[in-house]
Formats: sequence, C-alpha cells, structure tokens
Amino acid sequence: MRIARITRNAEAKDSDPIDLNLITPLINKYQGKKGAIIPLLQGCQEIYGFLPRPAMEKIAKDCAINLSDMFGVATFYAQFRLNPVGKHIVKVCHGTACHVQNANAITEALEESLGIADGETTEDRLFTLESVACLGCCSLAPVMMIGDETYGKLTGNQAVRIVKNIRIAEKQSN
Amino acid sequence: MENTKVIVGLGSCGIAAGANKVYDKIAALKQADNLSFELKKTSCVGMCYREPLVEIQDDTGTYLYGEVDEDKIIEIIEKHINQHDPVKDFIVHTDLFKTIDNEYVDNQVKIALRNCGYIDPENIAEYEANHGYGAMFKIRDEKITQEQVIQNVLDSGLRGRGGGGFPTGMKWKFAYNSKSDEKYIICNADEGDPGAFMDRSLLEGDPHAVLEGMTIGAYAIGAHQGVIYCRAEYPLAIKRLQIAIDQAREKGYLGKNACGIEGFNFDMYIKEGAGAFVCGEETALMASIEGKRGMPRKRPPFPAVSGLWKKPTNINNVETWANIPWILLHGPEAYAQYGTEKSKGTKVFALAGKIKRSGLVEVPMGMTIRDVIFKLGGGIKDNKKFKAVQLGGPSGGCVPEYLADTIIDYDSVNATGAIMGSGGMVVMDESTCMVDVAKFFLDFTRKESCGKCTFCRIGTKRMLEILERITEGKGEEGDIERLEELAHQIKDSSLCGLGQTAPNPVLTTIKYFRHEYEAHIRDKKCPALVCKKLITYEVNPEKCTGCTVCAKNCPTNAISGERKEIHLIDKELCIQCGMCYTKCKFEAIKLS
Ligand SMILES: Cc1cc2nc3c(=O)[nH]c(=O)nc-3n(C[C@H](O)[C@H](O)[C@H](O)COP(=O)(O)O)c2cc1C
Ligand code: FES
Repeated sequence: MRIARITRNAEAKDSDPIDLNLITPLINKYQGKKGAIIPLLQGCQEIYGFLPRPAMEKIAKDCAINLSDMFGVATFYAQFRLNPVGKHIVKVCHGTACHVQNANAITEALEESLGIADGETTEDRLFTLESVACLGCCSLAPVMMIGDETYGKLTGNQAVRIVKNIRIAEKQSN
Repeated sequence: MENTKVIVGLGSCGIAAGANKVYDKIAALKQADNLSFELKKTSCVGMCYREPLVEIQDDTGTYLYGEVDEDKIIEIIEKHINQHDPVKDFIVHTDLFKTIDNEYVDNQVKIALRNCGYIDPENIAEYEANHGYGAMFKIRDEKITQEQVIQNVLDSGLRGRGGGGFPTGMKWKFAYNSKSDEKYIICNADEGDPGAFMDRSLLEGDPHAVLEGMTIGAYAIGAHQGVIYCRAEYPLAIKRLQIAIDQAREKGYLGKNACGIEGFNFDMYIKEGAGAFVCGEETALMASIEGKRGMPRKRPPFPAVSGLWKKPTNINNVETWANIPWILLHGPEAYAQYGTEKSKGTKVFALAGKIKRSGLVEVPMGMTIRDVIFKLGGGIKDNKKFKAVQLGGPSGGCVPEYLADTIIDYDSVNATGAIMGSGGMVVMDESTCMVDVAKFFLDFTRKESCGKCTFCRIGTKRMLEILERITEGKGEEGDIERLEELAHQIKDSSLCGLGQTAPNPVLTTIKYFRHEYEAHIRDKKCPALVCKKLITYEVNPEKCTGCTVCAKNCPTNAISGERKEIHLIDKELCIQCGMCYTKCKFEAIKLS
C-alpha cells in the first residue's frame, strides 16, 4: 500500500496527446457490469501509466458512470495517479519492519542521488520515487521494489547503485 | 537417482533473494550433465532468513539447504547428487541429524501452513495428493449437512484470524440463518498490517487450501458466489490464486454441482484491492468490491444479515479459511487439542524486525511470546538487548520485555493493551526509539483514515503533531497527558476499528515506556539515538583518519579540518542531518 496519497497537481501535464482507442476493449469488457469503477480505473492506468482526464471522461460517457464518482474513487485509493509517472517506479518500503531497520536512510540516499523528493519524478521521466507500506518481504528488510524486482537487505549506497545501473542500461539501449 | 527430487522455494521472499537464478542454474546443470533427478518448485517454507532454500529428497532422507547461491549449488549438486555425499556445512535442516535450525522447525505445529513449502502451489495434483479437496469429498460421501459442518467449526473453537477473533462457527450460523435467494462468501486477503506477511505466504504457497475452505463455507451457509479481495501489492499471490481457480473449475470443484454435490453451485473470482488500509475492515471492503470509496458503515446490520450488494455475506480471513478443510477432515477435537481454554488451535506469526530468524512460524496457542522470539526466532540480532515486541500492527501495541512471558491467546494479549492482531510480530531492541515507533504508526493511521469520523480524521493529526514536536525536542510538560486525553476521545468517538484502535500504539508505549517520553520532553534526549534532532554528532579522534569526506558532504560546512588531520564539528552550525555519520567509512562519527 502506498503511504503517500496523490495530491491533485494544478499544473497536471495532460499535454501529451493520448490514444483514446486503446481503452475501447476495456470499456467493452466492463460496460453495464456493476461495481466496475475500480477495475476500469486499474485497466486504464495499466494502459497509460496514470489516469489521463480525457480517458476518464470517455469511460464516464461510454459506461454511464458519473465522472465525479470516478474521481472520488480515484482520489480515495493510493494506487491511482492523476499525473504521469516515470518509466521506473522505485518503491521504497516503509512498513514497520523496514522502518525499524532504517528505511529512511534508503529514501534519503535515493532523494539525494536522483535529485527529487519522495513522490516526485525525475526530469527525464525515468524514475518516480515512492514510499510504500510493506511489500511482504519483511524478513529481507529494508526492501525496495522496482518493476517486478524486489531488492532486500539494502543500504543507502546499494540502493543508489541499483538505480544508477538501471539508468546506465537505459542509456545503452537508446 | 531416479527417486531423487530437488525442490526450490519460489515464494516472493525466495525470489527476492535470488531463488529464480538458483532454479535456472540447477536446470542448466541437470541438462548439461543429463542428470535424472526431478526438479520441482514450491513456495515459502517460512525460513525466510535462509532464502534461497533448496531441498533435496533422496533414498536416505530429506535435506534442506539454506542461503544457496549459484556457486554453492554447483558444489551441492556435484557432491550430494553425483557423489551421494550431502554437504553438511550448508544444510539448515534435516531429520537425520541436529542442525542450526532444528529449533525453528521442531517447535512448530503446522495446520494452516500444512502444505506451504512442501507442494507445488501451481499444480492441483499435488494438493490433491495431500488430502486436497478431501474435506469436500467427505461432506459429499458422508452426506454431512450444512448444520453439521457449522457445528464442526463451532466445536473446533476456531476464532477469526484477521484480528478480531470472533468465533468463526458463530458467524457462519448467523449467515446460515439469514434467509435470502443470494448469499456471498468473501475471503479477506487485504493484509493491511505493514510488517506482516502471513496471508501472502499462505496464498502463494497453498492457494487451494483457501479455495477449499471457502467452498466449505459456501456449502455451509448456502452461498453461490465467492470473492477473494486481495491487495494489488501481492502480484504473485494473485497469479497463483487465478491458476488455482482455473484448475479447480476444470476439475469440477468449482462451478455447477461443485465437488460432485448435487445442487451445490459455487464459483468465485478475485478482486484486486487498490491500496487503502481501511479496506481491510469488512464493511469498507464490501463497499470497495461494489466499486465505491472504501468507507466503513455502521453495524448493525452485520454482513451476515446485509453485506455485499445488501445480501447476507460471510467474510473471513485467509488463515481462517485455510484452517477449515483440516478441521473438517481431522475433526474438531483434533484441532481443539491445541491451544488454551478460550483460544484453540494454532496461530501463524510473521517474525520480523531485529530478530535473528525472521520468517513465518505456526505455533500452538498458549506458547509464550518469549519462546516464540527466543526458541524459534533465535533471539535478537547482533545479540543486542530485547526491548519490546509489536503485535497487531497499527491497531495493536508494544509488549515490553518484562511481559514477554505472556502466553499467546486472545485474552492474555488483550490484557497487555496490545492485540493478537493478524499475526505481525515486529521485534525491537535497545536501538529502537519507542516514541518514534508510536509516531510511525500514528502517521500511518492518520494517512489511512477514510475521513468519515471527525475524531479519527483530525484527532490523529493532532496527536501526530504532538509526537512530532516531542521527537524534535520541542515537547512540553503536559504533552503526555494531552496525548492520553486525545487517545481516549478518538477511541470513544470513532465508527470503525481503525479509529477505535489507532491510539493503541501510543497508549501502550506511554504505559510501558513513559520514561522515554519524559527523556525526550524534559531532557531533550533520545535514549535510543534515533530522533535526529536530539542527537549530537562528534568526531571520534581515535578513529578519524582525516579523509575529509564528512567535511565535503556537510551541507552547512559545519565540519573543519585539514587532510590527514582530525576533523571537528561545530555544534552551532550542525543541523543534525546525519550526513557525516552515513558517509564516514571509518565509523569515526559518534552519536550522543
Ligand atoms: C482498519 C481495519 C483493518 C482490517 N484489516 C484486515 C485485514 O487486512 N485482513 C483481515 O483479514 N481482516 C482485517 N480486518 C478485520 C475485518 O474487519 C474482519 O473482522 C475480518 O476479515 C473477519 O475475518 P475473521 O473472522 O476470519 O478474522 C480489519 C479491520 C479493521 C477495523
Ligand atoms: S515492512 Fe518492509 S517489506 Fe514488510
């Protein structure tokens, strides 16, 4: 679970054009089904990485759901984002076990190395730094997760090195 | 060698520790040398502190190898498989001789975790081979009635493992007695306690046990539809649950005339949570399944009368469900032989924090907390001093060392001010600050409060502000009393369990560690050296090499000194950021 809740950013960058056709299969799947707001939002976020307003409007119209209801749900649950995020989301665990084993040091080291605060995205949109509560690997505390990969028994320096290696790999593949 | 099996533990913890790489390496070795052993997968056996784990079963016995890596596995395969000479140094458990981890394994009684780490969770045949779906066949073949199933559960004394501890059979009876054309069964797999992973391991390791438990529950109360509400942070659990559901459908254990019982139609689906702690609360969880904001509502009506989609609903926790098939199969007396008078059976705990062996254990109720931590857990890491153990997460409290002989049952744990909770046990040593721990939990509950009740929404914020002040050295006389007063008001005026229990971590730490609060407030000191603002940093002249790293990294230029000379910190300029402490390679920065 994410600890930090999303706050609505007045200057949300919805400027990048998005392809609304991508969500048609999703809409077809859930149209007319009861209790579908959460899976619709999850599906939408899966496609775009966040919840772009035009996509929410289209879903609202096609599935006959109030946009306000969708917004209410999107801001209630920590999973949903209203702003674009980086390609890699660095989730640093701040659950109890990780907290007592100095998870703060991991976040601080990453903040310094990436030059962003917790919850922010780097300029190049490569990384978003996030705090989460318990990834379920408490025996390996302190823990962080990037993509599907979990890294345990970390120190601040190790965390920074892992992120740097990802950046190098990204550069090489470009 | 034909009968030899090599089994790799692939739970989330194992994978994080590199078990996939070990598995691939074994597969490569097997192919390269054309070895004839059988390579298999399982999930977490609970020895998370020794991951990655590889078990070898051969004609002579069973050997569990711990902390295996790609190099060690080459040696193990070469010696154990090819030369029949087990590598004793790497073996962490075997039935044949005493090993370092004997105590951890031998003091457990595995009922809920009976298959975890032993079978391949993605293969239904392995569950079937271990009495899987046997309880359902027994119901079918012996024509056990709904009332009899409920009576069995009542007699076993099983109480809800999600934290509340309500007798499961009773809840089923209420739902059974509610008349309706449609009823629902829900599995609560939201596992919100940050620092607990019992449910994750169970779902990853033995998903069919949960499915079968739910099927039995559905039969007993007369439900046709089940929902598993699982948090999205557990992708592997969700994947394995889906595989299990598909296999069970194919086998006819789910669907029309489920398990071959004429007229019993039951199916289920998974609902992914979206990240909100309060959704673990049953009414909020149902609102969430209905696609709404997960806000708890007033009870009554209880879910057994009006739950999901306003229909009678029975909701239980993952571990509760996993116990059910075993109880039906072995009889309620077999279950009730374990435990204390009012708390029967076993309980799974997730040991974490400053403990040597952190992992998953299942122990009979009635064992003391001390035995769990020292006999099973091996004591405190780095041989530091045991200070307290946190039970029940954000709703629970800290039990101090001098109460560690408290036995594990619902009533004894409640008497300390903590709660049994769902099974998180986070161990703390002398380097943990109890005020900081209280602040941590309150920060969590404040963020997770749904905002419906004023006291929960604003009261937790006010309490947090006081705690923040205290940890920053700005505490005032009277702060402790203010905290207590707010705590009681929040407990009394909140609708759901979140608010009613949110002050527990603060109240228990005040009760048992008042002197630590006082040290922060009066002496402006943090005895555990955790609260940064209350620490002073000094250079230890005996260790300083004059490498200048600290001076270069100090954001306020508070450190002076020439290269190769002892450095000095100017206390006036120091902002207690701790940068010098983390950067120094020679441990030459002293805290006091
Ligand atoms: C704030 C809050 C969070 C909860 N979180 C969970 C949870 O994560 N898992 C769970 O099984 N029960 C949780 N519960 C308890 C459930 O409301 C409910 O009592 C439980 O699912 C019933 O199952 P059981 O009788 O098998 O324990 C929570 C309760 C509250 C008030
Ligand atoms: S507390 Fe960090 S993984 Fe559980």
